[in-house]
Parts: sequence; structure tokens; C-alpha cells
Amino acid sequence: MEEYKNALIETTGLAIGYSHPRHGKKVLHSNIGVKLDSGEFACILGPNGSGKSTLLLTLCGFLPKLNGEVRIAGQVIEKLSNREMSLLASVVLTERVSVSNMTVFDLVSLGRTPYTGFFGRLKNKDTDMVTESIKAVGLEGFEERLITQMSDGERQKAMIAKALVQETPLIVLDEPTAFLDLPSRIEIMHLLRKLAHQRNKGILLSTHDLDLALQMADKVWLLAEGRQMETGTPEDLVLTNEFRHFFEREGILFDNNTGQFTVEKQKVKTIRIIGKGVEYKWVSRALARRGFAASDEPFSGFQVEVKSDGKREYLLTGPNGKTQKLRTIEDLLTQLDYEEATLLTE
Amino acid sequence: MQKRLAQHFSGRQFTIFWLSGLIILSITLFLFNLIFGSVNIPFWSVVKALVGDLEINDSWRLIVLKSRLPQALTAILAGAGLAVGGLQMQTLFRNPLAGPSILGISSGAGLGVALVLLFAGKIGGIALSHLGWTGHLSVALAAFAGATLVLTLVLFLSRHLKDNAMLLIVGIMVGYAASALVGILKFYSMKEDVHAYVIWGLGSFSTVSWSQMGVLFPVVTIGLIASFFLVKPLNVMLLGEQYAGNLGINIKVSRLFIILCTGLLTATITAFCGPIAFLGLAVPHLTKGLFRTSDHKVLIPAVILAGIAVALFSNLIARLPGFDGALPINAVTSMIGAPVVIWVILKGKNLRTPGV
Repeated sequence: MEEYKNALIETTGLAIGYSHPRHGKKVLHSNIGVKLDSGEFACILGPNGSGKSTLLLTLCGFLPKLNGEVRIAGQVIEKLSNREMSLLASVVLTERVSVSNMTVFDLVSLGRTPYTGFFGRLKNKDTDMVTESIKAVGLEGFEERLITQMSDGERQKAMIAKALVQETPLIVLDEPTAFLDLPSRIEIMHLLRKLAHQRNKGILLSTHDLDLALQMADKVWLLAEGRQMETGTPEDLVLTNEFRHFFEREGILFDNNTGQFTVEKQKVKTIRIIGKGVEYKWVSRALARRGFAASDEPFSGFQVEVKSDGKREYLLTGPNGKTQKLRTIEDLLTQLDYEEATLLTE
Repeated sequence: MQKRLAQHFSGRQFTIFWLSGLIILSITLFLFNLIFGSVNIPFWSVVKALVGDLEINDSWRLIVLKSRLPQALTAILAGAGLAVGGLQMQTLFRNPLAGPSILGISSGAGLGVALVLLFAGKIGGIALSHLGWTGHLSVALAAFAGATLVLTLVLFLSRHLKDNAMLLIVGIMVGYAASALVGILKFYSMKEDVHAYVIWGLGSFSTVSWSQMGVLFPVVTIGLIASFFLVKPLNVMLLGEQYAGNLGINIKVSRLFIILCTGLLTATITAFCGPIAFLGLAVPHLTKGLFRTSDHKVLIPAVILAGIAVALFSNLIARLPGFDGALPINAVTSMIGAPVVIWVILKGKNLRTPGV
């Protein structure tokens, strides 16, 4: 693959939004200065309506920018024709593509359009490349499958294969994981990350999967309405509390330790949890959901001892000193509720 | 049947099988069109008439050469042209219920014809319907003028509208406006003129004379050839405009050519044959059902052949002994077309998927 000396995407003072002939401009974000290099896997994160799609569509030239400059592989975007653009950036859009009677092979081979002749006939080289790309996204054996008869995840992989055969240094995807179940999301993100690194492509996508983006992205671009866009390595953004600022709202907390969102609960009750390992972790989670904060200090309230060696058992000791043996966390929670209730009535 | 065929054939063989099947069917139907009618003419006499053998019965020769041959040719051209137009519109608008008339072109033609037929009687004092051949020609000219007017309007709008859906709405609205004007004209017109308009509206393959064929044949042929050059943009448009743009297609130019191609075909055919209903809508669905592909390299020739076969078949039925040419062509095409559209709706799946 050709090496690009310039960054694949570089913007200076870019303003995005919509302009309407009569209602004037509606600027969503201004003064955006971002960069994407080859081999980089970047995710745009932001709440709904923050302008993720607008930014992506502006960067691929589907929407006109309001101000500033966008350079794709060093060239100013307005000067690129559709044809030149098709050799630099390929896209996968949110819109679900479903065309009856179209096979995976047909779909992926459309990605060769910029290279085929007047009638779009595929040469041997093109056919090989299509087969190879279908294999690369893990859809081997699905060539003759109709796209209307595939799951969303499989169809999304086919769209990625289409972007691959287009042989562009840059691939832009608008919420590629939107309709997918969790395993498929992880699979798609993993696939894209692999493609970025192995084939030295610049891949930019927007997503709502924060934790996946945190784990896999080389760079994260944070967008929120009314804020300046922030970019950086995900870990840096966590440590500088940027994630907090961008996503926290009333009742929702971002935990800098785990990189996860938690629902804010009033943790007024404390409970002592003794134990270790994965069982300990999940018991504390279940108790946290019931509003108990874990503590190691011995005190007069409830105490749970987690036995994780051999048989899994939970020993619940109440304030009165009586101990109950319980087999599942569900039983433990029921028992806890019951004892709490009796404690209150007494 | 499709499944059993698919077991034995690869994709390519499957396509060739159906294409050759349609070619044989079209040729058979073409010959049937020459042989059968109010007078049945033996096969060899038809062949002799065609090759210019003067030995055969004079009236048979006249029937074959002056009536049945131009009629069959008109059916072939109209069937092929409208079917291709329908396919292009269904792909462009990604709507399974689009047809060649969706752009409002047929309505424009209708308006032109209404103006001539209904107004001429008022102003000139002679009903055009009594004028015979000159009448036919002026009707064709009026239809073409009306259709071209709407086509120009649609082309102009297509350059300014970003969205294909908008274009679709404009086309339909133009259609309504034209029908309303026609309604007003009808209201104030004489009975015979309205009748003449109604007859035109029912469509016919039999009004095209050899001299008019000199216009119809080249224009439709050019339109059909042009459609082959649009294979690539049409294939990419299946994915929607944004993907098409990203794959290096110049959307506005492609859209302009697709509309121009369909518009030219529809305008010319409607001018000479009247608004032929359903052919353009139903034939692409039939073809897609047979060929099981979304590739326009296959679909365009397939749709042309299927259009020819269906038009010839409809013409044959309309001329069945007993009906004696009395059955209007639109009644027949609609009788074939309506069940097809219902089938499409019942299949359900196709309606939800935009590309079809």
C-alpha cells in the first residue's frame, strides 16, 4: 500500500453543522482541529445529537463544511472529485442496506466500482480481491448468501469487506455496531482494529460503545453539544477527567477506576464482605445494587462471608449473630431483604 | 422450479437458461402475432409475405405487412422500452412500486393529448377524432410535447433536488396536477371528443403506421442502447446515493442520464401508443423473480426480453378471435399487471426492502 506522508485526515478551524438557505447556519461545533494517521484506529464518542454523524459526513465530503479546512491525505476536500475521493476514503453508513436478490459477493464487488471499466465488469484480479476481502472479514463460504437473509452482524461485515476492496487508505464508519448484539460488536471492533494495524489503514468510526472504544481505540475523539471537541489516547482522557465531564449527568457516574458507567445509588448502608476472587467481586456488585457499600472493617451490622474454594457458599451473619448458609446470590439477597425487614419491625 | 434449477445450474448457466428461454418465447409470440387474428393466416404464407413473395393472396399480404407486422413491432418496442424504464425507475428511487410513469411523463402526455383532442373540437369546430391519420399524428405530437414538457421540468428539478424521494413526490404531484387539468377539459368538452380521449387513454399498439415507425423505432432503439451504458451507475445506485457517491459515481450526472433515458422511452412510446399501464411496473418484478439477481448487466437484457414477451402476449390476447381487436391493450396489461403487483405486496419482504 502506498505510504501517505501527510495525515489521512487533518482539519484546521473546521466548523460543522447545517446551513439552510433561509434559516441560516446552525453550527454544531466550531474550531475543530483533528488528525488521523495511517494505521490508527480512532473512535468518535459522544451522546446522541452531539454531531458525531455530522462530523463524519463532513469529513467524507457528504456534507459541506461551514468553515475552516479539511484535508484528506493532504488534499483540500472541496477540490477532490467523487472519483478521487473514492480512491482515498471508503464509507460504511448507518443506513441498513438491504437489496433483494443481492448476494454477498455482488455487494462486496460493488466496492471495486472505482477500478472497473465502463460496464463494471470484474477482472480476475478484482474477483480474487473480493474473495480475499470476504475471507478477511470472516464471511468465507457466505459468498452466494443473499444479504437479505443475513444477520445484521454478518451484513455489517459484508459492508466492511466492501470498504476493504475499495483499497482506500482511509475507512470511515458511522455507528457500525449500532444494531448488533454484544458479541458481534466486540467482533466488529476487533476486526476493524486488526485491519487498521495489519493493513496500515486509518479507520475512523463513531460509536456508543464506550467501554469497547476505551479498550480498543488508539485515539478517542470526544464530542458533546456546546463543548470543544477533545481528542487523545483513551487513557489520558480518563486520567484528565475528560470522560467524566463529557458523559456524566445526574444519576450516572463514570468510574475512573474501571472505565465503566455506574448508576448512582444512595449507598447509605454498609456491609462487611469477606472473601476473594471473582465470587467476591460479583457479590459486592449485587450488594451494591441493593444499596450496600462494602467495607472490610468489622462492625455490628450484616456480614457476608464468601466461600469460593470447592463448594460455592455464602454465609450471611446478621446483627444478632445468627449465621445462614446460602447457595446462590439470589438466595442471599432474598435472605438479606427478609432479615432487614424483620430488623425494622423489631 | 427455481430451486430445482439452481441445483443443476451455476449462476451463469441459470441466467443463460432463462435468457434463451425468453428469446425463444419472444420469437414464438412474434410469429403467433403474425399468424393469429380475426383471419388466421398459415405460417408459410406469413413467411412468404415477409420475404416479399408475391405469389400469395393479396389481402393476406396486406394484413401481414400493413397491419400485423407494424403492430407486433410496436408491441416489441413498447414492451422493451417501458420495461427498461420501469427497471431504471425502481432502481433509481429504490422503490418497488415505481414505474416509467412515476415521473409524471405519462400524465404530461395525457395533458397534451387532452388539450389537442378536447380543445381542437371547441376552437376549430371539427373533432380531431374524425380526421383519421392526420388526427393520429397530431395526437402523437401533442402527447410528445406534453411529455417533453414534464420531462424538462423533472430534469430541471433533478439538478436542484438533493434527494430522490423529493423527485418522486414532485413526479406524482405533477401527475395529479395534469389529471386535474384534464378533468376540467373533459368537463367542458363534447361527448365524442371525450370518447376519443378515453380511447387514447386505453392504449393501442395498432395506431402506428410505417411512417410513424420511422420515429418510434430509432428513438426506442437509442433509449434501449443507452440503458446498457447505465449498467454501472444503476448497480451502484442500489446501495443508495451516498454509497454511490462514495464509490466514485457522479450522482447528478448519472441521475440526469437515467431520467433522460427513461423519459425519452416513456415519452415516445406514450405518444404513439397511449399510456400503457402496468407493463413497466410488472415486468421488472417478473424478471427479478426469474433471474434472482440484482445485477443490471443481466437485468437489462432480461427485462427487455420479458417486456417484449409480455407485450406480444397481451397484444395476442387483445386480438383473440371473438374480441376482434375490440379489447383495449390496457385492459389486458392491467389484467396481467394487477396480479403481479398483488403478488409483490403479498410477498411483503420486497416492500420493506428499498432496493428490490
